[in-house]
Amino acid sequence: MERVINYRQALNEALHEEMERDSRVFIMGEDVGVYGGPFQVAKGLYEKFGAQRAIDTPIAEAGFTGIGVGAAITGLRPVIEILYIDFTTLVMEQIVNQASKARYMFGGKAKVPIVLRTQGGGGRGNAAQHSQSLEMWFVHTPGLIVIQPSTPYDAKGLLKSAIRNDNPIIFIEHKLLYNTKGPVPAEEYLVPIGKADIKRKGDDVTIVAHSRMVLFALSAAEKLAKDGIDCEIVDPRTLKPLDEERILDSVKKTGKIVVVSEGARTGGFASEVAAVVQEDAYDDLDAPVLRVTTEDVPLAYAAELELEAIPKEEDIIQAVKSIV
Amino acid sequence: MELKKEKLVEMYRKMLLIRNFDRQARVMFTRNLIRGTTHTYLGEEAIAVGSCAALRKGDVITSTHRGHGHCLAKGGDPKRMMAELLGRTSGYCKGKGGSMHIADFSLGILGANGIVGGGIGIATGAAFTSKYLKKDTVAICFFGDGAINQGIFYEVANMAAMWKLPVIYVCEENKYAEFSPAERTRAVKDLTLRGIPFGIPSQAVDGNDVLAVYAFVHEQVKNARKGNGPSLIIAQTYRLEGHHVGDAASYRNKAEVEQQWKKDPIARFKQYLLSEEYVNQEEVENIEKEAQDTILKAVDFALQSPVPVVEDLFTDVYVE
Repeated sequence: MERVINYRQALNEALHEEMERDSRVFIMGEDVGVYGGPFQVAKGLYEKFGAQRAIDTPIAEAGFTGIGVGAAITGLRPVIEILYIDFTTLVMEQIVNQASKARYMFGGKAKVPIVLRTQGGGGRGNAAQHSQSLEMWFVHTPGLIVIQPSTPYDAKGLLKSAIRNDNPIIFIEHKLLYNTKGPVPAEEYLVPIGKADIKRKGDDVTIVAHSRMVLFALSAAEKLAKDGIDCEIVDPRTLKPLDEERILDSVKKTGKIVVVSEGARTGGFASEVAAVVQEDAYDDLDAPVLRVTTEDVPLAYAAELELEAIPKEEDIIQAVKSIV
Repeated sequence: MELKKEKLVEMYRKMLLIRNFDRQARVMFTRNLIRGTTHTYLGEEAIAVGSCAALRKGDVITSTHRGHGHCLAKGGDPKRMMAELLGRTSGYCKGKGGSMHIADFSLGILGANGIVGGGIGIATGAAFTSKYLKKDTVAICFFGDGAINQGIFYEVANMAAMWKLPVIYVCEENKYAEFSPAERTRAVKDLTLRGIPFGIPSQAVDGNDVLAVYAFVHEQVKNARKGNGPSLIIAQTYRLEGHHVGDAASYRNKAEVEQQWKKDPIARFKQYLLSEEYVNQEEVENIEKEAQDTILKAVDFALQSPVPVVEDLFTDVYVE
């Protein structure tokens, strides 16, 4: 029988397995030790691996991320947890100036195998400073890898791959995915970095969606199917490096594409995919590339405002219908 | 502390290498052979040399934008350094880093850094690795009296002290933070107080006295190796030149600088070596000549080295 676990458990298993496999791997962040992590992703690590490897830090993101970069550059394999992606604003120096640049600016001498785990996204009423989707800041930084899994299977397989990778990686979870369930094999597996996944096959319209928006796209696609519109859903899983080939292959088949992203509209992931598609599949397009994104506003607290700002299933349905 | 003649001579030789290197860097910059910017370490040589003389091969350092001195003191090859300044493929970073990013991991030089305070987290992380792997190596983190105002110092100082990490924070109090007197931008003059809230032993030392620096750092390195945690050393010195080559330093008067030249750490150490009869005049002249020749050879090496080709643009971004 297929084993079903949730996204949080999948991530937790990945951490347990990789820390078991390699003694150089450790986790560091606020409350990731004794408490098991504010989202419980680090549960049981302290009990199994001790305070030396499941390390509680002060609330000092720049400091402990900086220590993580130094540890990585000298041979360890840190997993740094930044509680909310909003707080990565406090570690931009360490990530953007140091971790991402060290290899290149030192002429290929440095390796910085650090995984910065964080979670983002809105929809839960956490308001403007705890709901953002800031992935594109990192996508815009050469030298980084940016991963955003949407399912428990991808979350586990990609986190394991990330920990084994020698590059600095921003691994972005979603606060509203932690309790979502899905099949995850009991036996070990890895999901390759940089490979998109077709989450639903279809012939009429390509929907590229990432993180929680994959779930929205899937439910929208089911409703559209009832109207006879067959959507293909491509989940890039890794935003950088982007699997352009798989996106382009799908667009060449369908001739139409809607990109769904929880990031703010201007300069967002949807804009990037649109650019790639118009450059490399212009002749295959039968309709303009459409973006379904969060509005260019800070996210509000009240549900009536917040849920209106981020993409809704209905927005995806309307966008698809407008081009078929 | 009694040091052998060879060690003293080696320290003097390194101080001279640094002085000559930075003088040639200035020449190269003036001849438009160095792009961007470069920063000289004149007057501060005793700090890098005294500190690194207290280290072993497996120990590491992080350096700053004003980093040539630290790299040379830790054993960096002046040829590859000068080649890097000139953007050549034989340089330490194959021409991709330049003056502010020289690194040699095999020598424990974890990089100069273009961000003021950029090395503070990295050095502390290197000390973390040492403790994690149960090694007895230490990290020296060089930074200035400008950088000590960066927030990250206080964040990592707290953790370094809590976890007893083997890191020695060597703050070069060179009296200027970029283009302003450093004291003008701090509330309390005494920088040794900056380690106190964390229970970090903090002391000031005459940063123009190479032997005093050595003795202080040596003691703190010994403590760090024993697992006693971090320390802060405020090495008081003076930045004899502008913030970068080309900065006329109009924000200070000539008399002030002339006064400070009288405290030149190199002249002072030379005087010591002569008066204590470790070396005679002829030996000193030979050492000076040799240091000069070494740097001139480094310049020749750099000038004769090839520049990068366009294919190099896309290499070294990621570990494949």
